[in-house]
Amino acid sequence: MSRLSAQCRVAFPGFALDVDLDVPLSGITAVFGASGSGKSTLLRAVAGLETQSRGHVRIDDVVWQDDAKGVFLPPHRRGVGYVFQDSRLFPHLTVERNLRYGFKRHAPETRYVDIDRVIEVMDMLPLLHRRPASLSGGEIQRVAIARAVLANPRLLLMDEPLASLDARRKHGILPFIERLRDDLGIPVVYVSHAMEEIIRLADTLVLLSEGKVAATGGVEELTGRLDLHPLTGRHEAGAVIAAVTGERDEMFDLTELRFGDNRLLVAGLDVPVGQPLRARIRARDVALSLEKPEGTSILNLFAGTVVEIREDKGPQVDVLLDIGVPLIARITRKSCSDLDLAPGKPIHAMVKAVAVDRHSMGRHGGPRG
Amino acid sequence: MDVDFGPLGLTFKLALVTVAVLLVLSTPLAWWLAHTRSRLKPVIEAAVAMPLVLPPTVLGFYLLVLMGPNGSIGAWWVTLTGDTLTFSFSGLVIASVIYSLPFVVQPLQGAFEAVGRRPIEAAWTLGASKLDAFFSVASPMAGRGYLTAAVLGFAHTLGEFGVVLLVGGNIPGVTKVVSIAIYEHVETLNYEAAHMLSAGLLGFSFAVLVVVYAVNRRFPVHAG
Repeated sequence: MSRLSAQCRVAFPGFALDVDLDVPLSGITAVFGASGSGKSTLLRAVAGLETQSRGHVRIDDVVWQDDAKGVFLPPHRRGVGYVFQDSRLFPHLTVERNLRYGFKRHAPETRYVDIDRVIEVMDMLPLLHRRPASLSGGEIQRVAIARAVLANPRLLLMDEPLASLDARRKHGILPFIERLRDDLGIPVVYVSHAMEEIIRLADTLVLLSEGKVAATGGVEELTGRLDLHPLTGRHEAGAVIAAVTGERDEMFDLTELRFGDNRLLVAGLDVPVGQPLRARIRARDVALSLEKPEGTSILNLFAGTVVEIREDKGPQVDVLLDIGVPLIARITRKSCSDLDLAPGKPIHAMVKAVAVDRHSMGRHGGPRG
Repeated sequence: MDVDFGPLGLTFKLALVTVAVLLVLSTPLAWWLAHTRSRLKPVIEAAVAMPLVLPPTVLGFYLLVLMGPNGSIGAWWVTLTGDTLTFSFSGLVIASVIYSLPFVVQPLQGAFEAVGRRPIEAAWTLGASKLDAFFSVASPMAGRGYLTAAVLGFAHTLGEFGVVLLVGGNIPGVTKVVSIAIYEHVETLNYEAAHMLSAGLLGFSFAVLVVVYAVNRRFPVHAG
C-alpha cells in the first residue's frame, strides 16, 4: 500500500499551516476541519500550487518536494488530479475537449485510465458536445471530476467537490465518487467539512484544527473518541458503526444491520443482504438505563459498559459505552449523577430505530471491515 | 484632379506593423503586470500609461532626441544598420509602438486579470506546463482582450500626428502618413485633396470597426 508523507508549513497573515502527515493511500482519505482550519491550503501544498509552503511531500519514494534538498516539482509534473471546489472547467472548450485536456498531455505508456470507461462510469456521454456554460452545477462538478481522473493521476485531490451543490445534487454525485474508488481504484484525498460525506466515503480520517493535525485514524475510531467531539461536530456528534446488512422485514419495512454479535433495526433499506454499510448513531438519540428495559417501544437495545464520561460546560455530558463497538450517549448531567454512572459500570443503551440517519449509510469498501 | 493615395497605404502598413509588434511585446508585459506582486508594478504601469497623458509633441520631441544620429538609440542604430532612425519607416514604427503601447497593454492586462490564476492552476494540475497553459487556456480565454487591444492599437496609430511629424517628418512614400498629407493639403488650401484623403480614412476606419464589432459579437463570452 502506498503512503503519502507530507510536511507543510505556510504562514499567511492571520493564518499558519503546520502539518506533518503520514497516511496510507488506499481508498479515500478524508481531511476534515472547520473552515479556516487549513484543509485547502494543505491540498494545494501537496499539489504544488502553494509555492510558499516549506517542508516535503512524498508518495512512497517519489519526492515531489523536499526543501532540504532543494527539490520542487512543478504541479504539472506531479501526476496529481485536482478537483477544485469551483470546478474551473475551461469555458472556451467543449466538455469533451475539457475531458481530453489532461488525458492527451500524458504519454500513452503512462496512462492507466481508459477514457471510454471513465466516460461511461461518470455518465459523460450525453454531455460531450456541450459547453460548460450550458451545464447544471451537478453536471459541471461531474465533468470536473472526470477531467481530473483522465489526467491519469497517481493521487486524486478533491477540495470540497460537493460544497457548492444542494443536497439532491450532492447525493447524485456521491455514487460517482464511490465508483472512482471501487471501479478505478484511484487513491483519493478528499477535503470536506461535511461529516456525512466523510462517513459515506472515507476509510481514513485526518482531523485538522487551526492549521494543525489534531488526529489521524480510521473513521469509526476517531468518531468514537469523546475528546475529538469538539472537532468532529459536537451537535451532530455520534458513533459510526461499520455493519453488514441482514434480512429485510417486509411486513414492518425494517432492515437488520449486523455488527459483531449485535443487530440494529433501521427503516427498510433497498440494498442486498451482506452489503457493508456504515451507520451513524447520534449521541442525542441514545438513552441509558441501569436495568434492562421491558415493555418499551424502542427496538434497539444494547447491553454494555460505561468506558468514559466527558463533561463540558452546560447541562449535558457525553458517555462513551462499549457495546462490542463504541457507542456514545448524550444525557443530562443530572441523569448521569442520578444513575451514578462511572467507568466500568454495566448499562443498557436504547437507540430509536428511526434515529439512524439513512443518508449516512454508505458502501464501506475499506480494509477496516 | 490629382490626389496621391500613397499616404493612405503607408498609414495602414504602419498601423499593421505597429500592432503586430505591439501584440508580441505587450503580451509578456501585460501578463507580468496582471500577475506580479512586485513593488515595481505601479512604476511600470505609470511608464506604460505615459503616452496617454503626454502631449504627442513632448513624446515626439524626446523620441527625436533619442533616435537622432547623436541620440543613444539613434547612434546605436546607425552603427548597426548604417541608416539613421529618424525620418525612416523603422523610426516611425518604433515611435508608434511607444505611442500606442498603453492602448494594447491595458486591455490585455485587464483580460489576463479577468482570466485570473484559477483556470491556469487547473491546467497545471492537468499536466500543462506554464507556457502550455498560457497558450491553451489563458490566451484563448483572453480572446476578447486581444481583439480590443488590436483594434485600439490600430486605430490609435492611424490617428497619430504629432509624434509622426516630429520623428518622421514628411517624406513621400517613406514617412508621409495620411494625417500629415491631409495637414499639408489644408496648409496649401487644396481642400479637395484633403477631403478625398479624409473621406477615404473615415470610410475605411468605419468599415474596419464594423467588421471587428461584428466578429466580436459572435465571439463567445467567457465568464471567468
